Amino acid sequence: MYQFNYKKVETVQEAVNELSANPESKILAGGMTIIPTMKQRLASPEQLIDIRNIEELNFIREESNNIIIGSTTNHFTVSSSDLIKEKIPSLSMLAEGIGDPHVRNMGTIGGAISNNDPTADYPAACLGLGAKIKTSKRDLTAEEFFVSLFETALEEDEIVISISFPIIKNSFYMKFPNPASRYAMAGVFISKNESDVRVAVTGASENGVFRWNEMEESLSNDWSKSSVENVKLSPEGIMSDIHGSSEYRANLANIMAIRAFEGINE
Amino acid sequence: MSLVELEINGNKVSQDVEDRQLLVHFIRDDLNLTGTHVGCDTSQCGACVVHVDGKAVKSCSMLALQANNSKITTIEGLADGENLHPVQEAFRENHGLQCGFCTPGMIMAAVDIINRNSILDEKTVREELEGNLCRCTGYQNIVKSIIAASEKM
Ligand SMILES: Cc1cc2nc3c(=O)[nH]c(=O)nc-3n(C[C@H](O)[C@H](O)[C@H](O)COP(=O)(O)OP(=O)(O)OC[C@H]3O[C@@H](n4cnc5c(N)ncnc54)[C@H](O)[C@@H]3O)c2cc1C
Ligand code: FES
Ligand code: FES
Repeated sequence: MYQFNYKKVETVQEAVNELSANPESKILAGGMTIIPTMKQRLASPEQLIDIRNIEELNFIREESNNIIIGSTTNHFTVSSSDLIKEKIPSLSMLAEGIGDPHVRNMGTIGGAISNNDPTADYPAACLGLGAKIKTSKRDLTAEEFFVSLFETALEEDEIVISISFPIIKNSFYMKFPNPASRYAMAGVFISKNESDVRVAVTGASENGVFRWNEMEESLSNDWSKSSVENVKLSPEGIMSDIHGSSEYRANLANIMAIRAFEGINE
Repeated sequence: MSLVELEINGNKVSQDVEDRQLLVHFIRDDLNLTGTHVGCDTSQCGACVVHVDGKAVKSCSMLALQANNSKITTIEGLADGENLHPVQEAFRENHGLQCGFCTPGMIMAAVDIINRNSILDEKTVREELEGNLCRCTGYQNIVKSIIAASEKM
């Protein structure tokens, strides 16, 4: 790892000030992505600003039909929260399926969405439930927040404060984990809120997480298994690498969609 | 350099470290507690698992400075003098190790698994061991050891 300075901050304001003062700084939350990346010398920030101890960012609460999760809340806390288990069980299941117990003890929801890894799980829940993301500057919809592969709308001196998920019980997430890394080879999140159907796909596209419009339309017209089976994801623009071809991944997405649909209706 | 102060296996330490020092290297190289291992550079193998404030973490993916003011337990801190910890005892009884390289991380993970689950079945143990790799045993006896230990604890 290259040399850098480490700085622990106690408040959001302090974190933002540090980021503005030194553009070569990076936020350190759980470290489960940034530290391995720095160990490989694929990133070399001059300073890491540790936000894990900012009390005001570590919370889960219910507010006017939403579950709001502070950005430094770790995956274990989300997966074991009784409130989330009751209100949005699909979200607690998703958190429980991230990596392994040690990763879940450190990795945070804010870190996971800020990183916008094309194979990460939380971005699918954000798009699939229609989450709102509150940053140190503004409120963004999930569609505005996730821009492309490893790219978000976050500016250099902007940090994620919290994520607000509408309470939609009729929702389910199904991923096919890569057998070695456990990251999604394809993951599909489906939710149904009265007539509003959302379908988000992670792990598959070359441009990162996306809403699968065709599937949404098909399910809005007719909420049935055959509506899911009739839509096929085109392999065009789907990732292809040593783990699987575009055709393979597109097919996995089709199957994950069927299983997610079955999960809701079980 | 920055000062790190923490408690490890009941002993207080206070020492200057480089900001980029990983917790695992601090534990192994500075504190000479070489039971904690490094088995990969991709944060996947779990040979480096220790407990920080009671939570199992991968010490290869954490900075020593992130552990400032915490309480750490490593494999060396489990036994009570000559008496092995029940999980260590169960690994010995059930032949839960072969070369032993993964064992410190396995045992630290196992203690955490047992602490969090009142009843353990084979499926749960296997799922919970997602972050710990063993190249020798085929996991069979590791799972057996953990279930045996959980019944005694
Ligand atoms: C072995 C292993 C397996 C994994 N498996 C999975 C998996 O199956 N599914 C999955 O989704 N993920 C997986 N992960 C990734 C894990 O979920 C990480 O926790 C997550 O990607 C990053 O969160 P973090 O808190 O560790 O962020 P960090 O590594 O601390 O930060 C990641 C990036 O986000 C930025 N950042 C962090 N917090 C904020 C904030 N509040 N505001 C603005 N920017 C911020 C940082 O500057 C950095 O660029 C795995 C990781 C490992 C090591
Ligand atoms: S050394 Fe392999 S996970 Fe830490
Ligand atoms: S006993 Fe050899 S790696 Fe597990």
